[in-house]
Amino acid sequence: MLRAARALLSFAAFLTVIAVIWELAKLLGGDPVGEWTPPFAWRIANDLNMPHLWDIAGSFAAPAQRNGPPLGLLLAGAAGFTFREAFGGFVFGAALGLGLAIVFVHSSLLERALVPYVVASQTIPIIAIAPMVVIWLQAGWVSVAVISAYLTFFPVTIAGIRGLRSPDPRAVELMRSYAASPRELLLKVRLPAAAPYLFAALKVAATASVVGAIIGELPSGIRDGLGGAILNFNQYYISGPEKLWAAIVVAALMGIAFFALVRAAEVAVLRGRLGGSAA
Amino acid sequence: MSTVVAIRGVHKVFGAGADRTVALEGIDLEIEKGAFVSLIGPSGCGKSTLLRLIGDLTGVTAGTVQVNGKSAVQARTDHEYGIVFQSPVLFDWRTVQRNVELPIELSGLAPAARAKRAREMLALVELAGFEERYPWQLSGGMQQRVAIARALSFAPSILLMDEPFGALDEMSRERLNLELLRIWQRTGTTIVFVTHSIPEAVFLSTQVAVMSARPGRIVDLIDIDLARPRDELTREQPSYFQHVTRVRESLRRGDGQRTPVAAAP
Repeated sequence: MLRAARALLSFAAFLTVIAVIWELAKLLGGDPVGEWTPPFAWRIANDLNMPHLWDIAGSFAAPAQRNGPPLGLLLAGAAGFTFREAFGGFVFGAALGLGLAIVFVHSSLLERALVPYVVASQTIPIIAIAPMVVIWLQAGWVSVAVISAYLTFFPVTIAGIRGLRSPDPRAVELMRSYAASPRELLLKVRLPAAAPYLFAALKVAATASVVGAIIGELPSGIRDGLGGAILNFNQYYISGPEKLWAAIVVAALMGIAFFALVRAAEVAVLRGRLGGSAA
Repeated sequence: MSTVVAIRGVHKVFGAGADRTVALEGIDLEIEKGAFVSLIGPSGCGKSTLLRLIGDLTGVTAGTVQVNGKSAVQARTDHEYGIVFQSPVLFDWRTVQRNVELPIELSGLAPAARAKRAREMLALVELAGFEERYPWQLSGGMQQRVAIARALSFAPSILLMDEPFGALDEMSRERLNLELLRIWQRTGTTIVFVTHSIPEAVFLSTQVAVMSARPGRIVDLIDIDLARPRDELTREQPSYFQHVTRVRESLRRGDGQRTPVAAAP
């Protein structure tokens, strides 16, 4: 508990440092505030490129459009929508990733044949894949989840292969001497041994799934999620830069929340193991 | 006395072509029920390979291995073997209790029965009270005792031990030697024990099989007829030293066999 509090505290301290640097830069090179005229004029620090933090914070309460709901509410709804896509992509990608790892560990023939394609798949930008997935599956949260899964399965496969192979060969021999079936070997030895490896990959996959969901919304023309919001506020940046920043903050928060969720599951599952609760 | 292990004319060859290594050649060995047989020899003499052949962890190239009248494969399927390696190979996600339960979990024993059995085995190796600990919380000697409890959990008819105390310090080793004898006497399990320590082999065994290296052969089978129960004092008796000397000389002769005999008249 103390460790969690300490982690939270250092996270808050880090945010504070970023905020101080941000406002310090504006103080030195941004636009004039009241009587104060900054000594430098840095283009990057003007109000258009770096809105004041209080402007970004204030934008959450202000309506996004005339007579519309407050931006905060709008973004919360969009985040909920995107989270569903990201979570779908995470689950689908993790299942696919682990499934592939299990197949590869049991068949070196398939491993040799397919792993190069798995690796090659990651060199194709998601932007190129996304429109095709939308055409196949039609625009909707399912197709976005599939696009997101394209990013999330890979780390799980790679870590899964490594983790499933991690048991001591003598542990496998012991299971053999107990006349264990291949299924029992997988469930009682290989999977538990792979758990720390898998959780490391799942943490990567959790954040990647958010990125995948946001990017996946763009070619799908989905306007209900964060991707749509980001695209929208990007187009009207000149008239309200703080709105885009607000959307970015929400996307980041969602990624962090998802990561924290996986981390909590990791702590629960690996409890008791040596070094099991280490980050 | 009935025969538990019958090894006849066993050869074991690894690799082929230039990499071909004859690990074992012409092995004949019979192990009686309740015996404690040590396999001793220089490193690379195939003593571990012989143990693995008995336990069906590897197959023979020629010859037969029978355990309780069955093939080694059948014996393994019938849960006749308990195996202990040099390292304990415990599962760090399971408590001590659940580690010991693993083999009987696989054989389908009911949860209550296997919990009881595991507690009995832990009591046998004097680890009562450590059930809920995790393996990494125990010392090396204690971990190895958990491994022994696990190997005994489904009451195997034969216990195969591959240098089980080789990684321990001398004091832990001597203590575990005594404990192993006590366990052996209590359970009546047949034990095949691989070691490269002559004193250990003599102290524990009913018989010591002395092996020579490359190709691995059994050059001598020595009966150790020291009185039982054996204890710390056994190690100080003249007859104990006679046996140690006997095994040592036999090992040296076995080593001598490696030199080509072609030069002899």
